[in-house]
Amino acid sequence: MSDTYTQFVNSPVGKQVASRLGIPRPASLRRYTRGGPLLDGSVVVGGYGDAPLAKRVTAMLDAEGISTLSEVPASGKVAAVVADLSAATSPEHLETLRAVIAPALKLLSPSGRVLVIGASPEQAGTDPALGAVRRSLEGIVRSIGKELRAGATANLVLVEDGGEPNVDATVRFVLSGRSAYVDAQVVSVGPLEQGVASEPADPARPLAGKVAVVTGAARGIGASIADVLTRDGATVVCVDMPAAGEALAVVANRNGGSALQLDVTTPDAGLRIVEHARTRHGGLDIVVHNAAITRDRLLANTDAARWHSVLEVNLLSVLRMDEAILAPGALDDGGHVVVLSSMSGIAGNRGQSSYAASKAGLIGMVEALGRDGELRRRGITVNAVAPGFIETEMTGRMPFATREMGRRINSLAQGGLPVDVAETVEWFSQDANAGVTGQVVRVCGQSMLGA
Amino acid sequence: MAPSASASTLGPRRAAILGGNRIPFARSNGAYVRASNQDMLTATIDGLVARFGLAGERVGEVAAGAVLKHSRDFNLTREAVLGSALDPTTPAYDVQQACGTGLETTVLVANKIALGQIDSALAGGSDTASDVPIALNEDLRKTLIRANNAKTTGAKIRALAGVRPTHLAPEVPRNVEPRTGLSMGEHMAITAKEWGVSREAQDELAAFSHQHLAAAYDRGFFDDLMTPYLGLTRDNNLRADSTASKLAMLAPVFGRGEGATMTAGNSTPLTDGASMVLLGTDEWAAAHQLTPLAYFVDGQAAAVDYVHGAEGLLMAPAYALPVLLGRVGMSLQDFDYYEIHEAFASTVLSTLKAWEDPDFCKGRLGLDSPLGSIDRSRLNVNGSSLAAGHPFAATGGRIVVSLAKMLHEKGQGSRGLISICAAGGQGLVAVLEGA
Repeated sequence: MSDTYTQFVNSPVGKQVASRLGIPRPASLRRYTRGGPLLDGSVVVGGYGDAPLAKRVTAMLDAEGISTLSEVPASGKVAAVVADLSAATSPEHLETLRAVIAPALKLLSPSGRVLVIGASPEQAGTDPALGAVRRSLEGIVRSIGKELRAGATANLVLVEDGGEPNVDATVRFVLSGRSAYVDAQVVSVGPLEQGVASEPADPARPLAGKVAVVTGAARGIGASIADVLTRDGATVVCVDMPAAGEALAVVANRNGGSALQLDVTTPDAGLRIVEHARTRHGGLDIVVHNAAITRDRLLANTDAARWHSVLEVNLLSVLRMDEAILAPGALDDGGHVVVLSSMSGIAGNRGQSSYAASKAGLIGMVEALGRDGELRRRGITVNAVAPGFIETEMTGRMPFATREMGRRINSLAQGGLPVDVAETVEWFSQDANAGVTGQVVRVCGQSMLGA
Repeated sequence: MAPSASASTLGPRRAAILGGNRIPFARSNGAYVRASNQDMLTATIDGLVARFGLAGERVGEVAAGAVLKHSRDFNLTREAVLGSALDPTTPAYDVQQACGTGLETTVLVANKIALGQIDSALAGGSDTASDVPIALNEDLRKTLIRANNAKTTGAKIRALAGVRPTHLAPEVPRNVEPRTGLSMGEHMAITAKEWGVSREAQDELAAFSHQHLAAAYDRGFFDDLMTPYLGLTRDNNLRADSTASKLAMLAPVFGRGEGATMTAGNSTPLTDGASMVLLGTDEWAAAHQLTPLAYFVDGQAAAVDYVHGAEGLLMAPAYALPVLLGRVGMSLQDFDYYEIHEAFASTVLSTLKAWEDPDFCKGRLGLDSPLGSIDRSRLNVNGSSLAAGHPFAATGGRIVVSLAKMLHEKGQGSRGLISICAAGGQGLVAVLEGA
């Protein structure tokens, strides 16, 4: 199941063999450890004009003891380069981006970060030049992603009017090892209905005091989500079908929360989840809809029962549960709903029409809820994580050739780990990230599939 | 309708039953053939810990046991606790009262809670008839001890020279009463004949047990009472499509001649499994945000002299009941639910007949009038041992937890009666009250 090729080519012997033969050497990715530094090395920060966000990022990094440079150093590596184009008004201003980033690319550390910050193209009004420069950033970032080496990633953060005070959690996430498998993604940060996003009392435990529910927690990505949320301070209610109870008990016990054996398709599943979280643990702050099934079959050969079963578990049950979860008094104000979509829902996959229907449907649901004024007023965020190729029991069962191809057709030339998906879920669960809602972020290492 | 008295007869502080956990029961030498009592007990405790969020916590104590027990399992319950997610500073001890073990442990910890010695506890038991303890032949064992104690090599060799080929056959536990040489089924057959329990009545009771257990599974009754184990999600002795007419086709296995009415279908099979009950005070429950399902009201044990034929082996509960009823101030009809362990269908039916019988109640129990009949529609309403199977020490916990949930659903103040017979001519009865 694990990526032995990557392990081999990063070993002392394997390194030699790979470079002699000129075969690809996927890097060992830098990942987050609790209490570890945000970045190991200095950061080049630049921007066009006022570059207010460059100033904000510089202040944030200074506060963490990370050295910032306005130009690339004469020698040595840089851990990251940040370019703020939010003040750009015309495509000529893109020269600043080139001037800041291009020299840094050659000096970028392994697992380095390229972060471009811009303003939202949707808020460019009818100004064609403004629209052009803001939208061009996405094309640039996607291309940079395909050029980077040694596990480095490039991402774009778009800041809407009034969203600047809420950008810190996203900048931290992109620069840290938590986003190891998030590459060439675009995240929009907006304003809150009132106030600004709050920072946690203890940065090492941003979810301290929070109660989270994770469905499908007995194994795989769900179990990893439960582990990561617990690591960052949350009390996690682990939910899965009664038939998965044995594995569920193991996950619940190692995390110290509780196990709730529940079939999510039952009509009162949402009510029971809310009741369990509120009576047993005194609140409900985070809900992660991760439980899902696949029943792969070519659409030409799919009957109604098979079709329905996938939609029922993966999408219909989530819509039903959310009615109870999003009702007033259920999910606490300022809470977060995170939904597990999939690359399959974005790019499609042969034999997965039903699965893709449900996973694309979840994206539509998230985007609709992101526009909901009442949820915005309550400060509740709803977002989706779309994993690409993740090394799990499920992908481990794929035929060898399909699996090898699946894990290589991305910019990082390797599959992601369940923890990479879990870290992205955790980031969406932070109160500090309240400015991000209605978004879909892929955890795919910049997969070549889909845009 | 049960009287409204809510205080238990044990004193002002009473033990609440907060829930429990069991693993599905498996017919022996099947799904659980490689599981030990310690494995099953540990898994059962861990499932309970996960359900109630007790990982890393110390509870007051854990009391459990196993009937068929290896000598290496002398500290079975304590070892299970050490292997579980409970805090390792949780005390534990073993209890053995044959099939009464699971209920006896509940009584014992409930008493400690009522006395204020502990605030919370787990009680239950485990049994496997697959992973049986096999002992050395008794003569070989004594010879080896002599050889071990001998001081000189010559003496050792002389001791060992006493070994004969026949000594090499091991001693397998036999399912018979040591003093009568009869199996439990053979004893029960005598009692069933005495009470004239018909084959039809037994098969009907057995069929109901399967049908009601299947219905309980189908509506999700066990979703928060059970954790799967080794691939099983349901008791695998359950036959949802059982009917009295199908059971009528089985040949008798106990008793002889036309009076033989007991078959494999209306007797419990050898089974493996484990169950645990979670008990605590109201305050402990509130501190853990748990809702009591029921309260332990009172319990009573009795024993009969079956060796000299004074009474049937499995009739002891019949003697315990009037003592308990007197203490809790109830009549036999006052209960919302009756859980009578179905060691054999004929056990339940003989016991019910005894309670209805004026001569038995006057002559044997010393009562002025018979205890009377029960409403059969309140008996074992979610199935019982004939369907679920009967791992000896696990049955008490299974019944206590299921009944507590049923009483909670019925309503505050509802009452349930538990009756369990045990090898060695013993029996236990208990009363629970819905919270």
